[in-house]
Amino acid sequence: MTDMLKDFKQSVLVALWFVFLTFPLMVVRVNTMNNVVEWRWMNLVWVAIAAFVLSYVWRYLLARKQARMKVAEEGIQQQTKLQVLLEDMSFRYKAMGVLLIIALAFPQIFDTYQTTIMISALIYVVLGLGLNISVGLAGLLDLGYVAFFAVGAYAYALLNHHFGFGFWTILPVGGILGCLFGVVLGFPILRLRGDYLAIVTLGFGMIIKVVLENWSEFSFGPSGIANIDKPGLFGMDMNIDSSTVYIYYIMIALVVFTILVTMRLRNSRIGRAWIALREDEIACVAMGIDMARTKLSAYALGAFWAGMVGVLFAAKTTFINPASFTFMESAIILSIVVLGGMGSILGVILGAFILILLPEYLRAFSEYRMLAFGAAMVLMMIFRPQGIISNIRQKYEYKGLKEETENG
Amino acid sequence: MAEKHKLLEVKGLTMDFGGLRAVDSVSLEVHEGEIAALIGPNGAGKTTFFNCVTGIYDPTKGDILLHPKGLPTRRLNGLKPNKVTEMGLARTFQNIRLFSDMTVLENVMIGRHCRTKSGIFRSIIRGKAVREEEQEIVESSYQLLQKVGLAEFTNEFAKNLPYGAQRRLEIARAMATDPFLLLLDEPAAGMNPQETSELDQLICKISEEEQIAILLIEHDMKLVMNISNPIYVMEYGKKIAEGSPQQIKDNPKVIEAYLGEETDA
Repeated sequence: MTDMLKDFKQSVLVALWFVFLTFPLMVVRVNTMNNVVEWRWMNLVWVAIAAFVLSYVWRYLLARKQARMKVAEEGIQQQTKLQVLLEDMSFRYKAMGVLLIIALAFPQIFDTYQTTIMISALIYVVLGLGLNISVGLAGLLDLGYVAFFAVGAYAYALLNHHFGFGFWTILPVGGILGCLFGVVLGFPILRLRGDYLAIVTLGFGMIIKVVLENWSEFSFGPSGIANIDKPGLFGMDMNIDSSTVYIYYIMIALVVFTILVTMRLRNSRIGRAWIALREDEIACVAMGIDMARTKLSAYALGAFWAGMVGVLFAAKTTFINPASFTFMESAIILSIVVLGGMGSILGVILGAFILILLPEYLRAFSEYRMLAFGAAMVLMMIFRPQGIISNIRQKYEYKGLKEETENG
Repeated sequence: MAEKHKLLEVKGLTMDFGGLRAVDSVSLEVHEGEIAALIGPNGAGKTTFFNCVTGIYDPTKGDILLHPKGLPTRRLNGLKPNKVTEMGLARTFQNIRLFSDMTVLENVMIGRHCRTKSGIFRSIIRGKAVREEEQEIVESSYQLLQKVGLAEFTNEFAKNLPYGAQRRLEIARAMATDPFLLLLDEPAAGMNPQETSELDQLICKISEEEQIAILLIEHDMKLVMNISNPIYVMEYGKKIAEGSPQQIKDNPKVIEAYLGEETDA
């Protein structure tokens, strides 16, 4: 009760403070036309109420979070309903089945516009899952991830433009090229960690973009490459609608493939080594893990997906130029991983849908997009730093398990 | 009794950090079946010595030779830490370095990494061989946890373990790499007397049952005197004494190092 009163008092103080701070902006307005000063007292009331409510909710959430942490510290493993549900295998299979049916039926139910939006969301799902390998699992902060995406897209665009190679031939080539660039970038940054790593990867992302913009003989500069072939299906001619649907299905297949592979990798010997590297580099090396190889493999495998989906991106838009591969893209992909939950596959997928679909459907508020973006990030870091869905640890079966559960 | 097989031989190891000589030509040997101890006041260079042996630092001078049984001698100078571990020399850390966001079982499973070999592609395809190897890793890791008495915590996060259990988990993790020599850096630091005596028994058990030789750094004199022989004493980077517990107790230099120099008033 006293806590509530304290919160109430504090919130009143915050409200008063905000009223004071915003007074000149929100209340006083000089009307230069009529040379009078307008006093908008109603604004004052609104500011006070808004500040009070926000502050009170803020305090309430913080208190709740702290109470939860206390419980966790006492060693009681508490699981939310969602976690219990997610760990139930039969539920998982059912949910996956339903989602797959929805995903397959989507282009039949909705129009081409919706399908196009969905394709770009799926592209970001794959990008997020790829970045999740290096950032979420191996803990290597990569701010230039979009560079690999650009590598894949330009690989297809150029090879298609000059030599007429088709989409299906270049799809794996794009992935492998992404991989190679991952290794090339990986070598110089083997010794770096944390902030330094972030700066170098940021630079790498910039370099790729600058090269693409300025090396006109190679990449056609800022004007980009147009008339890239759409994916073919045994030489059939397709109109825009059916071609979009076709790309959508390719994308669904690619997403399923990515989920399958990243899931298996995460729960393998390699995946464990990545996580160990993230947790403690020195201990990891002292346990016999080859740091160079582990880091490079994380980078290369992360880049692989970006390269591959880059090919699809080029095929989907049929036109690419360096403007599609700005730092902003890297930041968005990173936000997807952080918002969704580092290391969590389901979280990253959710994060991608939220960050890509919401702005599409809330076009009315597009001016405030970046504002909302930033606010969401800040709130996330304060109240749920582990992301929307925190990583679920794999359960292992071992011989002692049976007796243990029988006794307990 | 025949001469015991020499496992680790360090000759004149010197480590400089700029102008500071942290370890000054220290020689030391660990034989099969031994529990050797390295003691000394704070800042004597014990941990630096460990870091040199395990490849975290590249020593300025001296030789670190490993003589695995039935295999040719290897010089460890300048090898990467993971190579040293692969050769059969595992360590724990003074300030606990567990993978805190992994479960207890997974921590031990990491130790199995260098003894298993599924690569990226085989992990993606996950054939029978890979699945069997995974199961083998899980089983052997669980057995190790039982050995150090942590089976009840198997699926807990490592960060949620009590302090003493974290220390034991570090030992289990190191043992998972199949070492023949285990370096323990202050395993009893921060433990209460009861935990210390349990650790005492655990170390003896490892040494006897697993045939793993042990070299430990420790401040807890009772533990050192109880279980280890020989004992090496370091001060200011130099080795000042070596011998059996009794010899060390009676050595005037050691008493001086620990209790301070006697001065005429």
